[in-house]
This record gives sequence, C-alpha cells and structure tokens, in this order.
Amino acid sequence: MSPRHVVVVGASLAGHATARALRDAGYDGALTIVGDEQHRPYDRPPLSKGFLDGTLAAEDLALEDADDTDLAATWLVGHRAVGLDVGLGAPGVAATHCVTLDDGTVLVADAVVLATGARARRLPAHLGGDLAGVHTLRTLDDALALRAELVPGSRLVLVGAGFVGAEIAATASKLGVDVSLVEASTTPLAGPLGAEVGAAVAGLHAAHGTPLYCGVPVAGLTGATQVDGVLLDDGTHLPADVVVAGIGSVPATDWLVGTGVPLTDAGAVAADADGATAVPGVWAVGDCSAWWDGDRAAHHRTEHWNDALVRPRTVAASLLGLAPVVTTAAPYFWSDQYGVRLQFAGRRTGDEVLTVEAGSLEGGDALAVYWRGHVPVAVLGMGQPKLFNRWKRSLGVASVAA
Amino acid sequence: MHHLCALDDVVPGEGLRVTTTSPPVAVFRTDDDEVYVVDDTCTHQDASLADGYLEGCWVECPLHESRFDLRTGAVDQPPAKRGVRTHAAQVVDGQVWAELSTDAPNLPPGVAGSTAVASGVTA
Repeated sequence: MSPRHVVVVGASLAGHATARALRDAGYDGALTIVGDEQHRPYDRPPLSKGFLDGTLAAEDLALEDADDTDLAATWLVGHRAVGLDVGLGAPGVAATHCVTLDDGTVLVADAVVLATGARARRLPAHLGGDLAGVHTLRTLDDALALRAELVPGSRLVLVGAGFVGAEIAATASKLGVDVSLVEASTTPLAGPLGAEVGAAVAGLHAAHGTPLYCGVPVAGLTGATQVDGVLLDDGTHLPADVVVAGIGSVPATDWLVGTGVPLTDAGAVAADADGATAVPGVWAVGDCSAWWDGDRAAHHRTEHWNDALVRPRTVAASLLGLAPVVTTAAPYFWSDQYGVRLQFAGRRTGDEVLTVEAGSLEGGDALAVYWRGHVPVAVLGMGQPKLFNRWKRSLGVASVAA
Repeated sequence: MHHLCALDDVVPGEGLRVTTTSPPVAVFRTDDDEVYVVDDTCTHQDASLADGYLEGCWVECPLHESRFDLRTGAVDQPPAKRGVRTHAAQVVDGQVWAELSTDAPNLPPGVAGSTAVASGVTA
C-alpha cells in the first residue's frame, strides 16, 4: 500500500536524497521535510575546506538544483522534531505516526524517515568547553562563526586530529593562522586507516610545519571567560585564541528515546539492511542510523557522505514496496588536506597485510592496499585518484598478485 | 581546430588531461579506439575527469562517482547536477584535434576558468 503522507525528519544530504529518491521512484503523495537548521539542504564537506577559506559561498553549497527545487514537498526548515508517537496499525490498516515539532505542530504520517544526522561532540563544560572561542564544526553556522575568528596571526589549537581536525588545520594554516593539533591517541586516524597509514597521513602536518602533539590527553582549556590555551596532561600549555574540538559526533536521536524506535548502545537508530526500523512505517538513514551490516553481524553506523547520498534509494524502494535496491559498492570516503586528496574504500578489520603499490607512505603519495590473504579488502590513496579507482573496483576479488 | 595531443599519448581505456586549453580538457580513448574530448573538471567539485574510470562511452568522476556520457556530456546521477561540456574531436594523422565548444563551461563553484583559449596551437 503506497503511503499518503511521508514525513522526512532531517533536511541535509540524507533527508534531501530521500525526498528526491521517493519522487524519482514515482511517489506522488504528500511529502513533508523537516529541518532543524534555518537553511535549505546544503553540502557539509566543504565547511572545513573551501567554505572555511572563503573560496565557496553559502549558495555554492546548495544541494538542490533547478529541477527539484521543492520536490513538490512542504518544507519546514528551522523546526526541530521533538516527539514521535508511533501508531501500531492493524491488519490491513496502515500505522499512523505523529511527529511533533518544537512549535507544537503535529504532523500525521503513514511513513516517517528519520534522517536527523549527528551533532558534533563537545568538550565538557568542566574542561572549559563552554568558554568563548571554543568551537565545533558541523553546520554552516558553525563554519561562519569559526571563519570569523580565523584571522591571520591568531593561534588555533585543534583538539582531535581526525579528518575534521586535520582538514581545519590545513585550511587554517593556509589562511595564515598559527595552528597546532593535539590528539589523545598515539597515532591519529589509526582507527579508520590503521597505525602505519594513519601515521603517514598525519605526517602531512609535519610536512607543512603544523605541530602535532600525540598520545597526551587534554587536561582542560584555560581562560576566565575567553579561552586562552589548552593544557595537556603532561603539563604542556599551548596558548590559543581559538580552539576547535574535532572529537567525533553523536547521533541526533535524543528526541527518540522512549518512543519505541530501537536505538543502538551508541544512540543510533537501529535499522535493517534496507533502513527499516523495527517499527512498521519508520525508516532511518544517514548519520543518525546504524544499518544492519551482514559482514560485521552487527548494526553499524558509517557516517560516510556517500552512504547518505546512495542509501536513500534503498529506503525509497523499501518504503514504497518496490523491488529492493541493493548497493554493493565498498564503503568510501575522502578527505582533502594540504592540497592532497586522500581516498579510502573498503572494509578493514585491523589484521590485514599492507602493501604499497605506488608512491610511498613517507613521501605522502602512497597507494596502499590492505590484503586479507590473497584478497584486497581496502585501498587508500594519497593523491592517486586514477590508481585508487582501479583498485577500488578490484576489492573483494582474489588476486594471484598478492 | 585546437591541437590537443598525439593519439599515442592516450592509453586505450584511459583519459589524458590537457592543459593547453582553458579550462583544461580531457581526451578519452575508449577500448574501441573512439576518441572523445570533454572539459576535464567535474561539474560538481574540483576533480579531474581524466583520472576517472572509463567504461564504454561513460566516465565516472574519481571523487563522487557521478558518471558522464562522453558523447553528449549528460550526467547520470547526483551529486553532479549539470552535464559536462563536450568538444568535437577529430584524429588526423595520429594527432588529436578538437573544435572547442563556444558554449559556457559548467565548471564547479570555486574553480577558475573561462571559455577563452589561453595558449596552444590553433588552426
């Protein structure tokens, strides 16, 4: 039974792509899109790169094009969903769900897609996370606020040397900002890339004169009302005018607690491999969700831009009762730092054997392949787009060249 | 006509970025030895289509996987929204030439470029 009213909660990449996928799949019923930011859908990756350095303007980030400006949808931007009452339905009768917004509006829908994304994790207040000059970067407004403070000669300390922190560091140093990074683990990016490759990628900072302090946790931020430095556990004090916490994100699902929609231990909406939750008529996609991952035999939240773009097609097909859309492509993400394009695809568990097929890790131009036996399971390229894309296609296929 | 490269400069099944035009173009040589010329920069973001994966008459952007039909420039799926500009290619005596389009290029935001021919041999 085709729904009569679909409510998509979330107006970023996953929410917008869901709305578009529904229309592309032939859905012609009512469609409402709710977004908690004031902005129409925009692309987040440039926020730490081209938008932060001023190369791109806000309108350059728009995800909508002339053909789908409104997708014949009701757009409720600037409204946060605060409640979900799930109806159970009955045999032959579709469930009716109610989404409540922060202004008291109640939207009645027979299908709901949860695409609320994630929030940047903040440094806790007792460590100084509430001081002026302390930022996170997730939204366009975050980027505007940060950009205003990244003036040449100012001192920026990034807490966390993951992808967001590294990209901000690279952008800020280009702007003439005095940048340092601190990272609690001994090797940045060891989680996604492994220690050897993570160290090589982190080497880009040293190659560009950006100090990186690893393996020492932050004891706290200093300053009375305005941050003036970052104190490390070993007593090192790094003076700072601006601090950015790049310490990960948490699913924006607090409003779903107690609604009956199952959440994982990490707070993501648990969904099956089509994005359907255990509540009939409720789907979840994008950074707020953890889809069932057969390879891991667990729900897994990916936070990849590509998944937020592609998975909505699977959701739309499932929601409309069409033939399943299965995406088999390897998980993929990219990062641009200091003019070097990093690309990673595949699934690594940590016990793979690494080979460097071109360039070198020390040289910052490696094409590295992760092998499980004779099977390449993941690939990392540093400024190697051509080779990277070729290797990406061979992932999962046994090779005698191992 | 604008001289781009020798045909032998382009490996069959691959693309070659040529920077003697502005904006740069990509010359593709299919496995069937057809030659196509399009603007090199993806219409979505700054990525070189010459680095992309060539399959038949389609090239996949190496960054975000939108695919472009080299015959028409049409794009198959987001994130790219606009087609890529095509140029009429010709191979004469083992040299690749193109009649550069006078249409406005569909360059991504933040990438400098114009339809003007900056340098190179013009015939």
